[in-house]
Amino acid sequence: MNSFTFTQATAVADAVQANAAHDDAAYIGGGTNLIDLMKENVARPTHLIGLKKLGLDAIENLPDGGLRLGALATNADTAWHPEVEKRYPLLNQAILAGASPQLRNMATDGGNLMQRTRCYYFYDLATPCNKREPGSGCSAIGGYNRVCGILGTSDQCIATHPSDMCVALAALDTTVRVSGPNGERTIKFEDFHRLPGDQPERDNTLEPGELITGLDLPAKGFEKNFSYLKLRDRTSYAFALVSVAAALELDGDTIKDARLALGGVAHKPWRDKEAEAMLVGQPATADTFRRVAAKVLAPAKGYGANTFKIELAKRAIVRALKQATEMNQLVDTDAFQNSNP
Amino acid sequence: MSHHTTDYIGKPTNRVDGPAKVAGTAKYAAEFNVPNLLYGYVVSSPIAKGKITKIDAAPVLALPGVHQVFSHENVPSLAWLDRSYKDDVAPGGSPFRPLHDAEIKFSLQPVALVVADTFELARYAASILHIEYEEVAHETELAKHLDEAYEPGRGKTGYKPPKSRGNFGKGWKEGVAHMEAQYSHHAQHHNPMEMFASTVEWLGDKNLNIYDKTQGAFNSQQYVMKIFGLSKDQARVISKYTGGGFGSGLRPQYQLFLAVLASLELQRSVRVSLTREQMFSFGHRPETLQHVALATAADGSLTGINHVAVAETSQFEDFTENVVGWSGTLYDCQNVELGYRLSKLDVFSPLDMRAPGAASGSIALEIAMDEMAYAAGLDPLEFRIRNYSDFDQAQNLPYSSKALRKCYAEGAAKFGWEKRTAEPGSMKDGNLLVGWGMGGGIWDASKMPATVKASLDADGHLTVSSGTNDIGTGTYTIMTQIAAQSMGLPLEAVTFVLGDTTLPQSPLQGGSWTAASVGNSVVEACSKLGEALLKQAQQMDHPAFKDAKIEDVEFANGQLRLRADDTQAVVLRDLVQASGEPKIEAENSTVLAKLEMLKPPKYSMHAHNAVFVEVKVDPELMTVHVTRVVNAVAAGRILNPKTARSQVLGSVVWGISSALMEESVMDHRFGRYMNHNYAEYHVPVNADIHDIDVVFVSEEDDKVNPLGVKGLGEVGLLGVAAAVANAIYHATGKRVRDLPVTIDKLL
Repeated sequence: MNSFTFTQATAVADAVQANAAHDDAAYIGGGTNLIDLMKENVARPTHLIGLKKLGLDAIENLPDGGLRLGALATNADTAWHPEVEKRYPLLNQAILAGASPQLRNMATDGGNLMQRTRCYYFYDLATPCNKREPGSGCSAIGGYNRVCGILGTSDQCIATHPSDMCVALAALDTTVRVSGPNGERTIKFEDFHRLPGDQPERDNTLEPGELITGLDLPAKGFEKNFSYLKLRDRTSYAFALVSVAAALELDGDTIKDARLALGGVAHKPWRDKEAEAMLVGQPATADTFRRVAAKVLAPAKGYGANTFKIELAKRAIVRALKQATEMNQLVDTDAFQNSNP
Repeated sequence: MSHHTTDYIGKPTNRVDGPAKVAGTAKYAAEFNVPNLLYGYVVSSPIAKGKITKIDAAPVLALPGVHQVFSHENVPSLAWLDRSYKDDVAPGGSPFRPLHDAEIKFSLQPVALVVADTFELARYAASILHIEYEEVAHETELAKHLDEAYEPGRGKTGYKPPKSRGNFGKGWKEGVAHMEAQYSHHAQHHNPMEMFASTVEWLGDKNLNIYDKTQGAFNSQQYVMKIFGLSKDQARVISKYTGGGFGSGLRPQYQLFLAVLASLELQRSVRVSLTREQMFSFGHRPETLQHVALATAADGSLTGINHVAVAETSQFEDFTENVVGWSGTLYDCQNVELGYRLSKLDVFSPLDMRAPGAASGSIALEIAMDEMAYAAGLDPLEFRIRNYSDFDQAQNLPYSSKALRKCYAEGAAKFGWEKRTAEPGSMKDGNLLVGWGMGGGIWDASKMPATVKASLDADGHLTVSSGTNDIGTGTYTIMTQIAAQSMGLPLEAVTFVLGDTTLPQSPLQGGSWTAASVGNSVVEACSKLGEALLKQAQQMDHPAFKDAKIEDVEFANGQLRLRADDTQAVVLRDLVQASGEPKIEAENSTVLAKLEMLKPPKYSMHAHNAVFVEVKVDPELMTVHVTRVVNAVAAGRILNPKTARSQVLGSVVWGISSALMEESVMDHRFGRYMNHNYAEYHVPVNADIHDIDVVFVSEEDDKVNPLGVKGLGEVGLLGVAAAVANAIYHATGKRVRDLPVTIDKLL
């Protein structure tokens, strides 16, 4: 870990200004990923700007019926906020599927978007990684890529975005509010994270010095029919091999509106709007779901150790859509809690 | 023991060290904040093989607060012979010497130690230390080096090459049903919660107090004495608490060498602690590739067993363990062919890890037994019972005791095994597939010479001491129970002291032998103390004891009293006070125990278990949950059912881990384990663990040792991983022979 200086910002403008005043400055919220990266020498900021005194931790109703999540609200406070539980249960489920209670108590909502991939090679300085050191090569391709992506990958990088929360935020059409040297702007969630292409070192479309201030959820929360299904190597404290956020609006058995986003498979939460459109007007049956799953995974590419994710993702999509339809909301673990004879 | 009234042995007893651990007053090796401490940070090799061509220490040494950069370029002349670097459990070969030369033998090899005023500075300085390497091609893939595998000799203490018997080829031909398959599992790293650390306190004139994370303080002491030319008095090793070991602390790890080196060179107190990543830089459970072939006659009796294993070892040592030998003992069979070979790779030497050898071998044997049962059309439990071994054919000896039949019966009854339907996929719970599988195993009941001192003070408090360890097993507690019962004192009046080389010598804690070795020695030391106390009573002209022999008296209620008339009594503390000495003490003799070790054994002495597992599998997503486990264990006398149960619970969790998720994944292009942290090296979380039922079947054994204990550290793990894999087969019809059974192998 490098030596670094630290200032505590008390207003967004001060934070942005402090950032501009230093080379290699970084904002720090909960620090649950940044500190790890610094300890491993993956991130070497020379100056940290603390955000915890900015406020920005409120969760408030918006006039248009939506809900604003302050960037500094913790993941735990967000998941258990009554408005989130009632109106955006998909988000509640996704947040609670991630990390551990201790981490969720520290981690902030803005920080959740900013967390970096958990690809093994990104964290190990002894191995080449284009994301960590552009041009050095991608070790995951041809290596141990069980955790890596199958959709939207490039020959430069096959890393995934590790978040669960972001998968739900993508499905819910969230808007990201940011402040920066050039003032405030909003970014559509689907445009926030990016695919690796030939610049895998860039995880998102933030401009230098820009700071996330809030997340705006639209009024529509799909609170009646939803499912967040996460498949992983153990029941808690493991990143998704594949996760699915599914949300449906049903008219009887017919699908009126649908959202479908995948985690653990791409450099960003993977949303396929064509697949969503395919669902609309169709009966909510396993047959429909299988066709859609096949469509979502049609462009997928396996890299050896992660090729199983293609089939697993298909099955997960079918199951998540089925669960959303039937609302037998049994998260994987819960199904086993009371099953002992 | 019948004359004692303070009966603690066999009673569930809370850990005597529990309050200290919960309150945080129990100090571990890296927590001794001695004055003027310096901090060392280890620099690890990024390559697996080659040599260091340049170390540019000058910019690091220029940092204010950095004291030294140790590397092969400036290490002083130390012991020259290999044998000086051999610890008590070193395998055959030439032990690794940290910072010895420029050669790189494995990835993450320690190449330098940066010593600074603070940990943070040492870590930063280490990160900017520029080292150049010349890389050469490494070989780390076992499957590619099977042709070079060789039969190792008897390098390591206790290792015996497996012995075949009869004629397997003949047995195979005689069989009417057969199975043959290959099994594999990957490397595992112990990863105890507490990372390896040594705090070396410089007391002047090369006198050191060494706080070390180890499973054997004396082993660490011998190691540093030989290498650095120190006397026993100069190298005192202290290890009161160990935050998990699982075998990783059996050998001194390199942070001990580095901390002592830095302390002696700088004449300062120094601490070196490893990072989690560096916990993947030394011994591990070796990857094995195994082949098993079984044949049965029409009645289901085994006519032939063939079990061959190939395991990895390092280029410099032959790490050996008993992987296949158990297959010649556990079941009755005339024709047994066993083989065990090693292949040298560019990795660090493997190391004993909980139930070393047996855990690996039982994966192959117990899945094979399940496959054979199906091939022979028999229930897996019935098949095992038909091949029950009543006589140890491998050693040609009768068992001192063997209650495995009871394990089968009581375990199966508790589990409800009789309701099992044989057909894979035939049992359901709603949409979920239900699978029931079983397995089991065998482990040595060993006893080593151990010295114990029992000391009674003028307040009537008994202190019993021995330089053994407690790696979380419950040693503090069971020894306190034994001593309290032996001297008729309440638990509160007894303190057991361990983990210090100034105490009487004990063997390192491993092999499930501490309860038997130290436990019996506690009885002996207390018995000698009893004789000394009786003598004192006689010197005090106590008429009742004048002609009493030790058999005529008993210790109860803090008194020495006559068995025949318990009103004739003298308070123990009065005996000490009358003696004019601050305490009366006695130590057991290990002469007989050492002689015993040299004699051929008269009995085969083993602990056994039988495990029954239920899994529920989602038929589409193929997620597996282990919903129920019953582990029935026959391990002689159970000293403390509470700590014993904990031991077995931990074993079951580890078995589930081995079955479903745990593996150190190497990228052979780099010769490096890639999942070197707790986030990616998966072991179960609470949500993965459901009902675990531990059954201790009664097993009386007056031959194994006077206390009748067999030890519990390892046996509970055996057969668990295989039983999970067998249950998955029963649920899904999919036979996975490469562990762990991760979701991708079931899709």
